[in-house]
Amino acid sequence: MPTNFPLFPQQASAQAGQVDAIYFFMVAVTAFFALLIAGLIVFFSVRFRRRHRDEIGVPIHGSLALELLWTFVPFVIAMGMFGWGAKVFFDLYRVPAGAMEIFVVGKQWMWKVQHMGGQREINELHVPIGRPVKLIMGSEDVIHSFYIPAFRVKADVIPGRYNTLWFEATKPGTYHLFCAEYCGTKHSGMIGSVVAMEPAQYQAWLDGGPADGTPVDAGAKLFQDLACHTCHQQDSQGRGPVLTNLFGSQVQLQGGRTVVADEAYIRESIVNPQAMVKAGFQPLMPTFQGLVTEEQLLQLISYVRSLSDAGAAPGAGTAAPTQPQDRSTLENKR
Amino acid sequence: MEAPALNYLNNGHGAASWLLTKDHKRIALLYLASITAFFALGGFFAMMIRLELLTPAGDVTSPEMYNRMFTMHGVVMVFFFLIPSIPAVLGNFLIPIMIGAKDLAFPRINLLSWYIYVLGGLFTLVAALSGGVDTGWTFYTPYSTAAANSHVITAAVGIFITGFSSILTGLNFIVTIHRMRAPGMTWFRLPLFVWAHYATSLIMILGTPVIAITILMVAAERALHLGIFDPALGGDPVLFQHLFWFYSHPAVYIMILPAMGVISEVVQAFSRKNIFGYSFIAFSSLAIAVIGFLVWGHHLFVAGQSTYAGLVFSVLSFMVAVPSAIKVFNWTATIYKGSVSLDSPMLYAFGFLGLFTIGGLTGLFLGAMGLDIHVHDTYFVVAHFHYIMVGGAIMGYLGGLHYWWPKISGRLYSEPWAKLSAVIVFVGFNLTFFPQFIAGYIGMPRRYHVYPPEFQVLNVLSSAGASVLAVGYVLPLIYLTYSIFAGAKSPADPWGAKGLEWEIPSPPPTENFGITPIVTHGTHQYAPRIEKKEVGVV
Repeated sequence: MPTNFPLFPQQASAQAGQVDAIYFFMVAVTAFFALLIAGLIVFFSVRFRRRHRDEIGVPIHGSLALELLWTFVPFVIAMGMFGWGAKVFFDLYRVPAGAMEIFVVGKQWMWKVQHMGGQREINELHVPIGRPVKLIMGSEDVIHSFYIPAFRVKADVIPGRYNTLWFEATKPGTYHLFCAEYCGTKHSGMIGSVVAMEPAQYQAWLDGGPADGTPVDAGAKLFQDLACHTCHQQDSQGRGPVLTNLFGSQVQLQGGRTVVADEAYIRESIVNPQAMVKAGFQPLMPTFQGLVTEEQLLQLISYVRSLSDAGAAPGAGTAAPTQPQDRSTLENKR
Repeated sequence: MEAPALNYLNNGHGAASWLLTKDHKRIALLYLASITAFFALGGFFAMMIRLELLTPAGDVTSPEMYNRMFTMHGVVMVFFFLIPSIPAVLGNFLIPIMIGAKDLAFPRINLLSWYIYVLGGLFTLVAALSGGVDTGWTFYTPYSTAAANSHVITAAVGIFITGFSSILTGLNFIVTIHRMRAPGMTWFRLPLFVWAHYATSLIMILGTPVIAITILMVAAERALHLGIFDPALGGDPVLFQHLFWFYSHPAVYIMILPAMGVISEVVQAFSRKNIFGYSFIAFSSLAIAVIGFLVWGHHLFVAGQSTYAGLVFSVLSFMVAVPSAIKVFNWTATIYKGSVSLDSPMLYAFGFLGLFTIGGLTGLFLGAMGLDIHVHDTYFVVAHFHYIMVGGAIMGYLGGLHYWWPKISGRLYSEPWAKLSAVIVFVGFNLTFFPQFIAGYIGMPRRYHVYPPEFQVLNVLSSAGASVLAVGYVLPLIYLTYSIFAGAKSPADPWGAKGLEWEIPSPPPTENFGITPIVTHGTHQYAPRIEKKEVGVV
């Protein structure tokens, strides 16, 4: 943990340097203009101080050249900042192919983490360094926000949808994890730590912890327990669509709209089945809202995803980098 | 000019003569008294927050109490102090006088707006006294509609009601500025204070209905379980954020534009010089009002908003910075070759210039999407908007109050005390809020009741600054009040400033002008008249 009086946060992710660079640039611009204005005010106040009671100023009405100068220069600086900020945003937003995925569920007032290998944690997140990690996050109640200052990453965690966030830790250590969106009484207690580890130690951690079965296994069991399989059969004889190779494909809906079958689509189809019915099927499915928790939803999604070649969860339970895969559909969702 | 025996202050005595008055100047004083009371209340909540944050542990208040403190601080300061402050007090008092009118266009509606404000304020007081609200002043859903266990609806109704007072004031100003100008008072002779209020009024009447309907939807979902924002009822929680910020970002301009109007007047008066680039300042106010309506999405960069929408909001947010920059440069250029006198209003104006520059530029940090990801919802944001609202809007308000106090009260206050308090406010303000930029960048989230120990030093500095700031705010209350009873009588124009308000007695008669003035030139024209007398001085 840092010293008792830090003035600057630790840099512990691949992205941190990029964010800090734009920060320092903006601090420099701010300091320059603040000192310029303050300097001019002090200088003019002294140089042009009122010397006798009835003195008046020189009537000057303005200067078009100066107006254009101080319109144009701030505009150019502002547009430069905009472009730079947008570029950094895209770098922070676009998940590299082959990122290791971890599920996160926020609820008042804790963070629940589920690894693809079945390991679960509360208010702690263990990750390997040197490897992109992507968090798929949902909320059970109100809006939370997952924030790791040392990594310079943050994303709101919103009920009813999934937001994602990715980072690549670069320095082993324990870092703050904060909830940044006010979420009620113990908002400031909704904190934890992110433990970044060398890959070998991370593997040892994975092996050492109790694993309750992978999310895919848990999802498969739920699929049976909730009797999903009675309609979603493996051949096309069922009353519901076949789920094999569904994930990541284009789905034609009633009414002619087409959507990509991503996490958000699967979730919506479970909790609100009438919203997006596949063309050629009857709206027969009952809602499972309230019958499955956010974590179980994520398990069901993992299972549906595992039925697809394109959807096999990367990095399940292993610290070794996987081959890049085409996951562009997922990155395009909100 | 010798003050006549009868003026607006002594023309009628007793409670009824005040509570039923239709005189814009008396209504301004009713507002002055009520917003001062709310400012004290909001300040009390702020002191509780700073007291709690002295130590990392939660040892002064419970978490429930702390959450109510910062919520009530925000609600009271934003809706009941900052938004009405300059428009309803100084604007109300000065706009008719500055344009050569005897009153606002709708004097009864003006009085009605004050009663509506008070009614809304009472609802909020009831909400506070019966246990408070814990949603934050932002009322984010679904927390506010489904989870919060506090008096959300009472407070929401209070804000809903008060919104109408703001709409009526804006409407009144717009009609007055269009229809009541004295002969010769053309648009480009208007004092810049009036231009700023014109822009502000546009935002008030176009934006406030949106917050009203949004607040109403929150109440409807909370009380009747209509599914609007709560995903469990089929709603969209992010929709609330769009609606809320559609008003609440422009609301920041409601707070800062009038302060900019004050600064334009004060800088001219204490440089004895007309403004540099009049039309650029006037039109930049309108540009801020218009572009300001299109930037709300910069509050949602980490809320999962579409990236392309984010890009548009980001570029517009950078654009809205340009008119502010234009104003700062023009004010600075106005001092050049002026006859500069560092009286207390000018000290406040200089404080405004420095703090607003920092507050504005740190806003760019938040508009830069990649950087906002890190600083969003941290103390960096808290520091930024306090530089704008306290460093900008309140400095402007205090500067204006000092500048026009001799006109309003007819008395002169103690200038040494006023200078001292201006310096104390400036020092206390920076000590309070500068450390919060650092705490925010290190990663301290806002609205935290307890916090990790490494943030303590910065928080202690901040709390120390807050107590200095409190002294700076209490002092004017004392010496301005004292001046009413024991201050020397003010002449019509104690500063040697120019403008219609300085041509009538202090305090003004009820009808402002015995004969409607005929205007032949813009305000703050110092040169021509003096040139005749003292050729070659400049």
